[in-house]
Amino acid sequence: MLANGKWQGALYSLALVIIVWQAASLILNIPIIPSPLAVFINIAEIYQGKMEIHVLHSLSRILGGIAISILLGVPLGFLMGYFEKADKLLSPLVYFTYPVPKLALLPIIMLLFGLGEVSKLIMIVLIIIFQIVITSRDAVKSIPAETFRSLQSLGASKLQMFTEIIFPASLSEILTAIRLALGTAVSILFFTETFGTEYGMGYFIMDSWMRVNYLDMYAGIVVLSFMGFCIFIAIDILEKYTCSWR
Amino acid sequence: MIEIKDLTVKYPGKNEATLVLDRLNITIATGDIYTFIGPSGCGKSTFLYVLAGILKDFSGTISIDGQDIDPKTQRIGLILQNYGLLPWKTVHQNIMLGIKIKKDPPELDEYKVYILNQLGIDDLLDRYPKELSGGQQQRVAIARAFLLNPDLLLMDEPFSALDAITREEMQELFLNIWKQNSVTTFFITHSVDEALYLGSKIVVFSPSPGRILEVLDNPCFKLDNLRFRDEYYAMSTKLRNLMGLSRDRVKDDKSAR
Repeated sequence: MLANGKWQGALYSLALVIIVWQAASLILNIPIIPSPLAVFINIAEIYQGKMEIHVLHSLSRILGGIAISILLGVPLGFLMGYFEKADKLLSPLVYFTYPVPKLALLPIIMLLFGLGEVSKLIMIVLIIIFQIVITSRDAVKSIPAETFRSLQSLGASKLQMFTEIIFPASLSEILTAIRLALGTAVSILFFTETFGTEYGMGYFIMDSWMRVNYLDMYAGIVVLSFMGFCIFIAIDILEKYTCSWR
Repeated sequence: MIEIKDLTVKYPGKNEATLVLDRLNITIATGDIYTFIGPSGCGKSTFLYVLAGILKDFSGTISIDGQDIDPKTQRIGLILQNYGLLPWKTVHQNIMLGIKIKKDPPELDEYKVYILNQLGIDDLLDRYPKELSGGQQQRVAIARAFLLNPDLLLMDEPFSALDAITREEMQELFLNIWKQNSVTTFFITHSVDEALYLGSKIVVFSPSPGRILEVLDNPCFKLDNLRFRDEYYAMSTKLRNLMGLSRDRVKDDKSAR
């Protein structure tokens, strides 16, 4: 688990956010900035009945999007990092398609794949997979050639090179890429959930806003942030267990 | 028996290839320990990488007991100057790496435990390499090579990164274990002292491009208190002269052009 110091840090920063928020709400005194306490009480009241289903939908989309990106992106990055030819062939393709604003493709994706879950997942994957591909590729390239020598002299297979060296050596960097991807994924998620669905935190927040229910809207924002926070912590814990050799 | 015939290695350059090893011919008897000595840049390490199956771009032939050299069929123990341990594996996982790749039974049997005891690393098994000293890491690398039961042991200046006291300890320890399991060994060094202490035969390399200048029988091998004996002094002088001579020859070559 997290070290005590880290928990303390998290508490201090949370306290700071609440103080600034409370101050803003007192000074401005307008309905669009309710007090944090009112929002927290509201969360407690509506979470089980109204909000939980939206949280679960959003969570599954984020985790699904990240999982698909890892399953496709990491092997692709590994191949590009390990085999010079694959890199020469695929890198230009990646560099060419990475800067294309993927949100601009949304209408096309919706026409091809409909308004449902598939389009939302494709959107998330399209945007975050590049970070994961490029990081995995560079992680493999940064492994010193000497690291492979012992295994080569043992007559290890290519697959063993991947399982014994490439994967463990680049895991920590891949987890960092996943952290970055997570932040991006939450932003895209919000955007894709504002249409074509009636479930998800994006829908919940926009719907509350339309209905001028600011308490619900803030409750949604706080819960969405907390969800992101929890996934970050989960990645930290995973890293602590898998990369303890560092 | 290992037969090396006309082994030549060239590194491709932009305009012309650089000749690294020039027609090496040598026959190594099974169960002997050969030290290879030569100035830095003479291609000693390249020679070892060819034997280890890492460098495949060479001409000439290398055969072990009549078979072509191939790390998939032969068991090759490799011990490098930077130890070659995988930092994400514990000592236990590192020493078992060869056994895992060769699909040997993974149990720590009597022989394995004995080797670990000899090397004094039996209580370090759960540590990671970064938690060990250089000497301890090198012991782990030696354990890994011996537990593999190798047909061939290749060592590339394994002790040169250690401090003088640890180095002498390690040389003695290595020789002790080696005497109990006489594996055919190629030991590369740039230290005359090490070549004399560890080699039953000593092969002297010329400066780049690497050629074999001379293969010497080493009368000092397996002598006790070697460093205080006359034989040691005589051989040491002979070796130094040989290496000094080879350098003069190069100078002459260059001035003649």
